[in-house]
Amino acid sequence: MVSPAVAASTAASRGTPIPRAARDRSEVLVKTVLLSFSLLSIVTTFSIVAVLGFEAWRFFTGFPDTPGIGIIPFLTGTEWNPLLGGEQKFGVLPLVCGTLLVTFIAGAIALPIGLITAIFLSEYAPSRLRIVLKSLLEILAGVPTVVYGFFAVAIITPALQRFSDAFGTFNALSAGIAVGIMILPVVCSLSEDALRAVPQSLRDGSSALGGTKFDTSVKVVLPAALSGIMASFLLALTRAIGETMIVALAAGGLAQMTLNPTNPVQTMTGWIVDIFFGDAQANSVEYASSYAVAATLFLMTLVLTLVGTAILKRFREEYE
Amino acid sequence: MTDVPHVPVGRRILANRLFLAVCVFCTGLAVCVLAVLIVSIVMDGVHRLSPDFIANFASRKPQEAGIRAPLVGSIWVCAICALTALPIGVGTAIYLEEFAKRGKFTEFIRINISNLSGVPSVVYGIIGLTAFSRFFGWRAGAAPIALGNPDSMLYLQLPFGSGVLAGGLTLALVVLPIVIVASQEAIRAVPNSLRQGSLALGSTRWQMVSQITLPASLPMIMTGAILAMSRAIGEAAPILVLGAPLLVLETPTNLMSDFTVLPMQVFNWMKRSKASFQEIAAAAIIVQLAVLMSFNAFAILVRQRLQTPLQ
Repeated sequence: MVSPAVAASTAASRGTPIPRAARDRSEVLVKTVLLSFSLLSIVTTFSIVAVLGFEAWRFFTGFPDTPGIGIIPFLTGTEWNPLLGGEQKFGVLPLVCGTLLVTFIAGAIALPIGLITAIFLSEYAPSRLRIVLKSLLEILAGVPTVVYGFFAVAIITPALQRFSDAFGTFNALSAGIAVGIMILPVVCSLSEDALRAVPQSLRDGSSALGGTKFDTSVKVVLPAALSGIMASFLLALTRAIGETMIVALAAGGLAQMTLNPTNPVQTMTGWIVDIFFGDAQANSVEYASSYAVAATLFLMTLVLTLVGTAILKRFREEYE
Repeated sequence: MTDVPHVPVGRRILANRLFLAVCVFCTGLAVCVLAVLIVSIVMDGVHRLSPDFIANFASRKPQEAGIRAPLVGSIWVCAICALTALPIGVGTAIYLEEFAKRGKFTEFIRINISNLSGVPSVVYGIIGLTAFSRFFGWRAGAAPIALGNPDSMLYLQLPFGSGVLAGGLTLALVVLPIVIVASQEAIRAVPNSLRQGSLALGSTRWQMVSQITLPASLPMIMTGAILAMSRAIGEAAPILVLGAPLLVLETPTNLMSDFTVLPMQVFNWMKRSKASFQEIAAAAIIVQLAVLMSFNAFAILVRQRLQTPLQ
């Protein structure tokens, strides 16, 4: 590759100069094209809000031939029974409960293990070992989520069933563990970045005062990197809430208000999969309900991302 | 300073050792999980791998089933995704880093992109279905408008329906934030002195970007691009929402062809209760992981080959 500095000088001396007017025109053209590319991201957000908002609104206010569900019964209802035959009930709380249960299990596994592994990688591990472990984590991060779903069904669930008969073929714990494994590399690599960004002088200062490695890592480096670590936690939880294929394979499909991890649960993403994978009529109420559920899901992840950004901005410790 | 309770040195050293043990345990646990994951999948599926498994189409009989359609489908979708997401993503990054003035508007775009990266892929699936497959309900119920010759690769129908084009564009939405953020970091890593040198020689902004910044940041941009593509090739949820058929017995011939992708095929097979389908799902996962590993290895190679220090 030609070094950029050489490229600069050859570019300047190459051929006849381009007339100024032509140069300015192409400059404006390029700038306009690039600007329109970056506006596409805003168009995307706008489409998400518009599509989900519009369809959810139709679901709440009703179709020509069926009454609407109403936004309050949807958000506060504790029964989710969308199947025809029997009374249809669209209370989203059982789905939210299922999502939060799986997310909680995943977080309880991945956040502590991920953070401690990050501290080990950044503060204790020799550089060779660090490189090896980081590339292993990169592999773990690149594994498609459907593979974790396979892992949950084929390995984790049978292992759990060996411990207790309470676990059915589908249960929240198995899905939660698999989601936890999935978000582990996220927590680990982002927390490690945050820890390594803390300047060496702080570590040296702590050591000079007689601190052990443990004192330095936990009482000096960790507090200094706290905003980055919190942001990595929130990002990982956002991933867990939105995770689809693992729960679709391993969590089962029974929407219920339960905190018992041996029970099957239905998550918000699981419901969306059930609707689009099954053969629901495109204009039916249960089809429309998937848009309302997706809108709820979108709002939850949006809030988490915004909080994460705010934490990073507000509480960042600047060191020179 | 607050009062720090005095802890005897011996106890602090003990705490240090205990903590190190906990660290090693946790890290070991993570490594073990990866090992168990890979070993169990290989044990389940390796005996089903054969040239026939790659060359055959899916089948209702597990012993005859293969992954030809999903493998080729994945390649098509990934190519479309790369052709759209990479220029748009890199272009956005260039605009934000090199052209945009720092201000409220740029900040808004930046926050917007970070929010987009948190949106679950299944939601992108719904947006892709509405925007690309159905054009927001335009001509709902009517026959789609055909453009061009169905024998040609570039045959188009409006709205797109659930063909490879809609699939690729939907995946492009999913990976766009990743491409943008990776490219921004790559461009930011180019030292400012190179830019100033170019501008001092009288180049315009675009000349500076195309001849200095882009070549210098290309290795990092490509690494990010490859990782984004490996994300795209592993996504099943958006394709599921778009409505990939359960049984695809043809490879795509044009942009409107029905298709399925590898992770979607794995999901379909996992949904069957028969154990023999689980075995071929494991075999398909092995192929998928092999593709991903080669993507990652390629990314590392690019990073090492092309990266020249710029100081």
